[in-house]
Amino acid sequence: MEVERYEVPSAKEIDAAEALRIRSLREASQQPIPDPDSWLEEEIRRNVLVTTVDYVLDWARSRSIFPLMFGLACCAFEMIATATSRFDISRFGMDIFRWSPRQADLMIVAGTLTWKMAPAVKLVYEQMAEPKWVIAMGACAISGGTFRESYSVVPGVNRIVPVDVYVPGCPPRPEGLIYGITKIHEKIIKASIKSG
Amino acid sequence: MTVALNGEEIAKRIAEVFPDSGAAGDEVTVVVNSDSLYQVAEFLKNTSGLDFDYLNNLTAVDYLDYFEVVYHLSSLKHNHSLVLKTRCCDREEPVVASVVGLWRAADLQEREVYDLMGITFEGHPNLKRLFLWEGFDGHPLRRDYL
Repeated sequence: MEVERYEVPSAKEIDAAEALRIRSLREASQQPIPDPDSWLEEEIRRNVLVTTVDYVLDWARSRSIFPLMFGLACCAFEMIATATSRFDISRFGMDIFRWSPRQADLMIVAGTLTWKMAPAVKLVYEQMAEPKWVIAMGACAISGGTFRESYSVVPGVNRIVPVDVYVPGCPPRPEGLIYGITKIHEKIIKASIKSG
Repeated sequence: MTVALNGEEIAKRIAEVFPDSGAAGDEVTVVVNSDSLYQVAEFLKNTSGLDFDYLNNLTAVDYLDYFEVVYHLSSLKHNHSLVLKTRCCDREEPVVASVVGLWRAADLQEREVYDLMGITFEGHPNLKRLFLWEGFDGHPLRRDYL
């Protein structure tokens, strides 16, 4: 029986592959992705039974979101502070910050995103299972912030992933992030089973 | 307290040993020509009174006429420090000798300087971009980048 050898790519090949990924992502994200706000315009016509079941399911979903730890820069510290005992985030059911995207519902992108990190963010977002939501926390994640003109900063996370809630601030106070999370709760409750 | 050695005296000592290195000294810094950088660095490291065995920092500055590569050295044995600078006037293809053979800390720091300023270090084993991706056009921290 022959054992198949896995060829480890050389450093040069890894570099070239990474550069190709970054450049193609950069070209593909010239326009921001429109925010998923189709739930606002959709005519909510449900019959009574579906409404109740719908509402209960969504309510339960919103009260037990698993956030994905995606702190990139200084806003990560405010996110961690929100998770500590003073501004407890686990009273909202967001007890455990999941490290694996497969088990998470909400991705809180906290901090400046650079082009070198962008393919990783896209990969992690695609690995999350539906239904999933994204919070862009802080000025740098919303629009590039102070670093917008830089050669290496992505001008806003919504170029790479669709964002549901924007939490402004530099960094936003933990109370601000908690307000953003209550907005996500409202968004989840209004979504119907039909729209996914 | 780490004592900062007087640059003028060190420059005089260097000029005695290497007369054509163009060593000049300020209060804390010593400036040499880029051709004789490696020999001067070796001399500073190996001489028993000086013993600069620790490279704290390696950066580069872009004055529009020339690039200046700055080395912050210190000695763990005698507890003194010195700043060594070289100038390199070529803007198209700046080349400076690499000091990786003397201080291993220079490895990543020279890669950073190459990545952001474009100064090539001759003799570096693995000179490729560190922060930016391969194929990135230009060297961002130069004065004329934007």
